[in-house]
Amino acid sequence: MDALIEQLKGEIIKQLNLEDLKPADIDSDAALFGGGLGLDSIDALELIVLLEKNYGIKVSNPADGKKIFQSVRTMAEYISANKK
Amino acid sequence: MKLESYIVADNIISPLGFSSSENFEQLKQKKTGVKRLESSELSSEPVCAALVDTQKLNSEFAKLTTNNIEAKEYTRLEKMVLLSINDCLKQNSNIDITSKKTLIILSTTKGNVDLLDPTLASKFDKKRVYLWETANVIAQHFINPNKPLIVSNACISGVLAIILGKRLLETNQYDTIIVSGVDILTRFVVSGFQSFKAISNEVAKPYDAKRDGISLGEGCGTVVLTNKVSSIKYQVSRIVVSGGASSNDANHISGPSRTGDGLFLAIDKTLKESNIKASEVDYISGHGTATIYNDDMESIAITDAKLAAVPMNSLKSYFGHTLGAAGVIESIIGLQSMRENTLIGTYNFNELGVTMPINIIKNTQAATVNNCLKTSAGFGGCNAAVFFQKVENN
Amino acid sequence: MEQKNYITSLCSIKNGIVSLDGVSGFSDKSIDGVDFIKAAYKEYQLSYPKFYKMDNLCKLAFVASELLLKNNPLTKKYASQDIAIVIANSASSLEIDTEHQRTISDKNNYFPSPSVFVYTLPNILIGEIAIRNSIKGENSFFIFDKFDAEFMSSYINSILDSSKAKCCITGWIELYENKYEAFLYTVEQQEGTLKTEHTAQELKKLYNH
Repeated sequence: MDALIEQLKGEIIKQLNLEDLKPADIDSDAALFGGGLGLDSIDALELIVLLEKNYGIKVSNPADGKKIFQSVRTMAEYISANKK
Repeated sequence: MKLESYIVADNIISPLGFSSSENFEQLKQKKTGVKRLESSELSSEPVCAALVDTQKLNSEFAKLTTNNIEAKEYTRLEKMVLLSINDCLKQNSNIDITSKKTLIILSTTKGNVDLLDPTLASKFDKKRVYLWETANVIAQHFINPNKPLIVSNACISGVLAIILGKRLLETNQYDTIIVSGVDILTRFVVSGFQSFKAISNEVAKPYDAKRDGISLGEGCGTVVLTNKVSSIKYQVSRIVVSGGASSNDANHISGPSRTGDGLFLAIDKTLKESNIKASEVDYISGHGTATIYNDDMESIAITDAKLAAVPMNSLKSYFGHTLGAAGVIESIIGLQSMRENTLIGTYNFNELGVTMPINIIKNTQAATVNNCLKTSAGFGGCNAAVFFQKVENN
Repeated sequence: MEQKNYITSLCSIKNGIVSLDGVSGFSDKSIDGVDFIKAAYKEYQLSYPKFYKMDNLCKLAFVASELLLKNNPLTKKYASQDIAIVIANSASSLEIDTEHQRTISDKNNYFPSPSVFVYTLPNILIGEIAIRNSIKGENSFFIFDKFDAEFMSSYINSILDSSKAKCCITGWIELYENKYEAFLYTVEQQEGTLKTEHTAQELKKLYNH
């Protein structure tokens, strides 16, 4: 799980163009949205693309993103439970 | 003495027909142009959208060019505009498109963006994908001597182009303005809205409690405005553009403002310019894309403008969202509603489901329609409104 | 009607040079193409977390508007709904359009990016300037084959003369195929530090300078 979390941090930074950040700057358990990263609704859609492109997981209802993208850890847990 | 902007001809090219009256007739019969399409050209999965029949477009276009010796190739988008403007010219022989005092305004978000696709790109010169080149091709076809003006301001482009036409007529630099709004359905646009998870799996349900996204569409609308009283042919009802304004929410580039203050501002400025009180407005042609947030935002802005009781509809469930064409096509339906004193019901609307209680027209009905407020909103936080009004004949 | 309008401040960014009110500022001709925009952002210590998410066209507009409005803070002098933003260019959003097209080129396996697609409209840059500065007035984006001083001066003057706005942020923001050019200026109804009337002739002089 920890390896997946670290990998995800790198992928998030790349996918969301968070140029100022390094993986170590993102707390695995901190809120991804509404927190210090300043992410918005387009970023949430972009994370859905990330799941689809990198892990083959389809999220058709963007509202599901709320639960999945609570933190990097919840995102990693969702991936390991749904990965094909 | 302020110069008025009279409407002297108009046309709609859409899946529902190739003239304004044909389109209006289909709307009265509750026919929608939105269908479930299985086209690998547009999308790898089926998509609900309103697509103009290509065979019909090409055969109508062939008729247009039979008398013409030029062998020039035109794109799908250009064919729609040429047909649309041509129909307007046929309606009113007083319009002189070759005059130095006539200007073409093109409203489009993406123009010939299909030419970015390598399979199509080779057929046309590389610069044809520039919007100004598209507009030049259109102006040259009609031997119009002026450099066309192009408005590309997301989904408010069409309304903005009409406002601009009115403003230019007031300065008397031109006496006739031909406003064409056009956009085509492409994989480019479909895939983008799919990535936004914004497209409904069914025909869009504007303002409805069960609405879950937009339907896309394509088409062209053209209105001809003039300040020359001699060009006016409609004897039954003269219609003028009496006001219009745009604004920005300053909130988010893709999400509408939650407070509706931007749209309120555009409506407020428009009604003030038109010297009209909210209680005098007969009909609102809304934006009504059928996304949760847009329709909620509109309901708040309309209520703040004290217009909540005014009959209002959205035409997006008939035409789909035609982007740069939407403001023009939907304005023309508003004009038809004024001419025929008939308000069109909102297709697929059953139960109101927006933040504030506004008066959505469910069934098509007879009503006195002396004026129409057309509103629109778009990506980039932009909003616009325009007001049309019948005037007395003298 | 006899009201005169004035160009009150000007920011231009092109060929590796930033200039403000005609005075050259940051310059580095060794930086290739659009990378210069990021270098200017850093040089002027601009700080806006959303900057890195923008496409290059918006980045260019953002840097030019920050420098222009630092120089002439319109939002301190005018109500938000009285400030218009009217911008034009030639290539629309073709730079990012090409990027979006690239992501959908494989017809069976494509992942279009919402953060790319949202920038495939040129007026998004007006939205970015409006959001950053809470500006709510008139919006228009025009396309011309090249900068049209006649139209821009006459249209902007007409909206100021008819009180549709009290001032305007306007100009030319072009970026395509690694070439870029920002020519952004403010128009007001009284003279500013730049003592230049807003006429086509004066505008052409400034633009061609």
